[in-house]
Amino acid sequence: MQDQPTPSEVLAAVARFLRDVVASETAGHTSFNARVAANALEMMRRQLDLAPAAEAAERTRLAALLGADGDLAALNAELCRRLEAGDLDLATPGLEAHLWETTLAKLAVDQPTYWGYRAALAERAPVKD
Amino acid sequence: MSELDQALGALARRRLGGEGAGEVTRLSAGATQEIWRFMLVKDGARTPLILRRAPGGTRVSESAVGLETEARLIVAAGGAGVPVPPVLCVLEPDDGLGHGFIMGFVEGETLGGRIARGEVLATARPGLARQCGEILARIHTLDPAEFPTLRRATPAELVSQYQAAYRATAWPRPVFVLAFRWLADHCPPPPAKPRLVHGDFRNGNLIIGPDGVRAVLDWEIAHVADPMEDLGWICVNSWRFGVADKPVGGFGAREELWAGYEAAGGSPVDRDRARFWEVFGSMRWGVMCCGMTAAFRGVDPSVERAVIARRTSETEVDLMRLLAA
Repeated sequence: MQDQPTPSEVLAAVARFLRDVVASETAGHTSFNARVAANALEMMRRQLDLAPAAEAAERTRLAALLGADGDLAALNAELCRRLEAGDLDLATPGLEAHLWETTLAKLAVDQPTYWGYRAALAERAPVKD
Repeated sequence: MSELDQALGALARRRLGGEGAGEVTRLSAGATQEIWRFMLVKDGARTPLILRRAPGGTRVSESAVGLETEARLIVAAGGAGVPVPPVLCVLEPDDGLGHGFIMGFVEGETLGGRIARGEVLATARPGLARQCGEILARIHTLDPAEFPTLRRATPAELVSQYQAAYRATAWPRPVFVLAFRWLADHCPPPPAKPRLVHGDFRNGNLIIGPDGVRAVLDWEIAHVADPMEDLGWICVNSWRFGVADKPVGGFGAREELWAGYEAAGGSPVDRDRARFWEVFGSMRWGVMCCGMTAAFRGVDPSVERAVIARRTSETEVDLMRLLAA
C-alpha cells in the first residue's frame, strides 16, 4: 500500500503552487502557461477522483445496451459501429440517457465550469433518474 | 540579442525603411501560429507591428492556405471594405524568418470572454452582430477566381473531410458518430454560387473596439464553399463564452447577423443551411480539438496543446444539446 498523501492531494497542492505562486510572480507567456498547467493538474486530479466510478457505470450501461461484454474501449467501438450502421439511434431505448450520462461524466472531469455543461445540467435536473 | 531580434532588425532596415526593431514579445493568442509584436523604429518614432509566422518558420496546419496566400487575402478583403490590419510586407527566404508576413498592430480586444462580457465593450456589443453580417457579405464578394489555390469544397466533402479526420484519431466517440449521421442526413446540396468564405470568422478572431469591429484576423483556412458556412460558424456554442442567449459570438442574435448580411448585399439567408453549418461547426471544433492529441504527441508536446485536446468533450455536450435536446 502506497503512503499518504494521495496523488489527488499532491496534484491539488502543485496546482495551487502553479496558480498562486508561479503565475502571479511571472508575466506574459510564462504566467499564462503556469495557469494552463495548474488547470491541467486540476483536471487530472478530477479524473483520478471521478473516473473510476463513472467508467464502471459507463461499462455496465454499455454491456446492457449492446448485449455484449468487453473492456470500455471495445464496447465504445462497438457502439460507434452500430450507430454508424444505423442499427442504433436516439430512438433506441436507453441510448440517449446513456450518451447524456457518459457525456456529463466526461465534462465533470474535463471542464466542469463550461457553460454548456452547466446549462445541460440545469436542463436535465428535473428528469434526472 | 536573439536570432529573431536580429532578423527583425535587419528586416526593419532593409524592407520597412526603418532604423531598427525592438521590444519583441510573443503574444499568447494564436495556438497554431506564432504571433509576435515588436516596435519598428523609423525616423526616431516607434510603431507597434505584428509578425505572423508559422512555428519555426514552417507550416503546421494541413488545411492552412499558406501565409503568403493569407497575406493576399487580407489585402483583397481590405479592398472590399472589410476591416483588416494593413499588410506591410510578406517574408522572403532572405529575411531569415520563415514563412509569414508583417502587418500593422490594431489596438483593441481579441479575447472572446471580454468581448462577450467585458464592461468596456458594453456599448459596442448591441451593434456587433449586425456589423459581422455586413462584413461577411463583403467577404463573400471577393472573387474566388483570384485565389485559384484555395480549396473548393462542397458541404458533403467538408463533412467527409472531418469524418476522416475523426476516424484518423482512432478513438471511439459515439456522440461524434451520431453527429456525423445527422450531418449526412441533413447535408444540403452544393450552393448555386460558391463563395470565398473566411472559414474561421468568430468571436476570438476579431479585434473589437468601443466603435465595433476593427479587424478580421486569421484567414488561414479560407476556402471556396457555401457562404452560409461562415454564418453558422460564428453562432457555434464554443464562441459564446457563457452568454447563452446571444448565439452570435456571445454578443448578438442570429436575426441581427442575418439582417446585416442581407442589407449589405449578401444573398438571402437560408435558415436551414445556417442551422446545418452551426451543428457542423460544433462537430468541426470538436474534431479540431481531438486532433490536438496527435499534435501533442508529435510536433507540439505543450501543456496548452494537451488541455485543448481535452476540450473535445465540450463539443460533445454541445452536440448532445443540439441533437438530443
